[in-house]
Amino acid sequence: MKKDIILGGVGGQGILTIAATIGTAALLEGLYLKQSEVHGMSQRGGDVQAHLRISSKPIASDLIAAGKADMVIAVEPMESLRYVNMLNKDTGWLITSMNPFANIPDYPAIEDLLKEIWKLPRYITIDAEKTAKEAGSIRAANIVILGASAPFIGIKYQSLEQAIRKIFAKKGEDLINLNLKALKLGFDYAQKHR
Amino acid sequence: MDKILLLGDEAIAQGAIDGGLSGVFAYPGTPSTEITEYIQASKEAKELGIKSEWSANEKTAMETGIGMSYAGKKAMVCMKHVGLNVAADAFMNSAITGTNGGLVVVSADDPSMHSSQNEQDSRFYGKFAMIPVLEPTNQQEAYDMAYYGLTLSEKFGTPVMIRVTTRLAHSRSGVVRKEQIPQNEMHLPGNHNQFILLPSMARKSYSGLLGKQSAFESDGESSGFNAFYDGNDKSLGIIACGLAYNYLIENFEDGKVPYPVLKIGQYPVPSAMVNTLYEAVDEILVLEEGAPLVEELLRGLLNRGKKIRGRMEGSLPRAGELNPNLVAKALGIEVEEGFEIPSVIKGRPPVLCDGCPHIDSFEALNDAMKPYGRGHVFSDIGCYTLSALKPLESIDSCVDMGASITMAVGAAEAGLSPSIAVIGDSTFTHSGMTGLLDAVVKQVPITVFILDNATVGMTGGQHSAALGRIEDICKGIGVEEEHIRVVKPLRRLHDENLAIYKEEIAYKGVSVIIPRRECVQTLSKRMKLKAAAKRNKK
Repeated sequence: MKKDIILGGVGGQGILTIAATIGTAALLEGLYLKQSEVHGMSQRGGDVQAHLRISSKPIASDLIAAGKADMVIAVEPMESLRYVNMLNKDTGWLITSMNPFANIPDYPAIEDLLKEIWKLPRYITIDAEKTAKEAGSIRAANIVILGASAPFIGIKYQSLEQAIRKIFAKKGEDLINLNLKALKLGFDYAQKHR
Repeated sequence: MDKILLLGDEAIAQGAIDGGLSGVFAYPGTPSTEITEYIQASKEAKELGIKSEWSANEKTAMETGIGMSYAGKKAMVCMKHVGLNVAADAFMNSAITGTNGGLVVVSADDPSMHSSQNEQDSRFYGKFAMIPVLEPTNQQEAYDMAYYGLTLSEKFGTPVMIRVTTRLAHSRSGVVRKEQIPQNEMHLPGNHNQFILLPSMARKSYSGLLGKQSAFESDGESSGFNAFYDGNDKSLGIIACGLAYNYLIENFEDGKVPYPVLKIGQYPVPSAMVNTLYEAVDEILVLEEGAPLVEELLRGLLNRGKKIRGRMEGSLPRAGELNPNLVAKALGIEVEEGFEIPSVIKGRPPVLCDGCPHIDSFEALNDAMKPYGRGHVFSDIGCYTLSALKPLESIDSCVDMGASITMAVGAAEAGLSPSIAVIGDSTFTHSGMTGLLDAVVKQVPITVFILDNATVGMTGGQHSAALGRIEDICKGIGVEEEHIRVVKPLRRLHDENLAIYKEEIAYKGVSVIIPRRECVQTLSKRMKLKAAAKRNKK
């Protein structure tokens, strides 16, 4: 088993929580893991990316090679497109939120972005904010995206649930349940629309 | 033992804790910050009494480390690559004094300049100082090298450098710990002259350092950090340093490289091992993250031997960090990239946060500077450097920590008027105070804005040594009390603040304006912690 995942978003959108959850689940399944994060300057409202690699064999590079990623998981539509050069053309999936984060003056029209995403052979686009609201809080949008990615990660759904329980343990039972619901809603959506 | 999941930086920290560390000394700087933060947050380090408070700058950190080594305990000093420039005087001379307790200097390089003003390669500093340099390939080696480095330093009586780069510093993987070595008892150096670098004594110490060089090299041949892997295809030999080794083996199924490979993780460059490789192959490809240090050594000035390929020769780009695809291309392996990135994508540069006090400070400054036009505002290193970008476009320089004030002094001496410096609170105590003293002594008309957000903001909100001290420092340096003005940068106070800015800019002496409001990031973190504490009480 080997999955190379690019995570994209804007600083503060919670991509590192997605990475930590998948990482924790991977460890629960006894897999090897390398996860490269972005710190420092790019946290300030700029674009951020993380490389997450999980495998049943030891992993060499911290960075994923362009053209070799199995998935791009993004919390923002323009950020998802920024990494399509990383995707494996024959097998790669792109999973992204449709909710734009427009903190720049020349942010493109959302229709133009979606048009580009929908040209790809394999994608899931989801209104993560609306779905997160259904789960109880707009702040769980990143976990909705994780849920929508779950069918493609190659890790058991139960392991992801367990990882969420672990990661949100300190935040109380309510928040754990909210995130588990967000995960499920995202997962169901992806299963229906894949 | 179980594997624990650690960033490269954290692995260095844990390795040092387990290697018998008594103190870490550092100033925050990406990508090195998490080393010290890990030790500060470690319960175990607290129980062991390991010192870990931030230092005012990298030079004070380095000297504190030398002091702890003098007193017989193991110390580690951490900084980003450009921080080593600040610490360079102490660093270079620590190679001459040598150590008593083990001393490890970690310099975290930032090739591709993700959060830095240059991409200098710290291995040159190690070579310059003629001390051993360790360069980890992965998180486990980062741990092992910190652990081993402290012991190695004691074995040779010399400081040891660990050089990491951004990708390893900020990448997580599993690490297995070793048995913890107890800390040293305090003990003074056997030779009372060891740390006195009077010329007559320094000459002796220097010749001692020169005498250790071949021992440094042979240690690198037995430590395991340099390794030779033979291959059947002798048309090419590969030298891979540190992280670059990963990008090499990533390109071959199960990591089986057909060519002979020399992996370098410990310097001085192991010349005997390089020679073995050179003799066996037709040409050599050098893979190194950063500058072409090894490649340049191998090519030499005349470049008359076998073909040496790498960053200088052009098989790899001269600047920027490596990645698996760049290495693949250098190996002649075909790379198929993914889909074309559509042109609709726009850049998303970092910006000042919503509600950031700097925005209000610069909006008032922009208005105050309108009559004079661009070209008068010297700035410094921190979040506020982002005011160089749209929409603010307030500043005209960013060179190194503290340069805002001294450049303003120099420009004023050349006749620029007004001449303005903008510097953050922590940068001011890092390297701005001495420049302000210059201004006062020279009586140069400049206005210094010390943007006080009560934290080291850019690196994630570390404690600022300037906290609660700025006015007293300015007074102590000799700025007249009536020209030290504190304002609160808020939109609703814009006109009031603007009037004060104009007054002080018009003053023909040294004036200091302190726009003071807490960083919105640390404020919201504090509020969240407060709310959580309240919840837990219930």
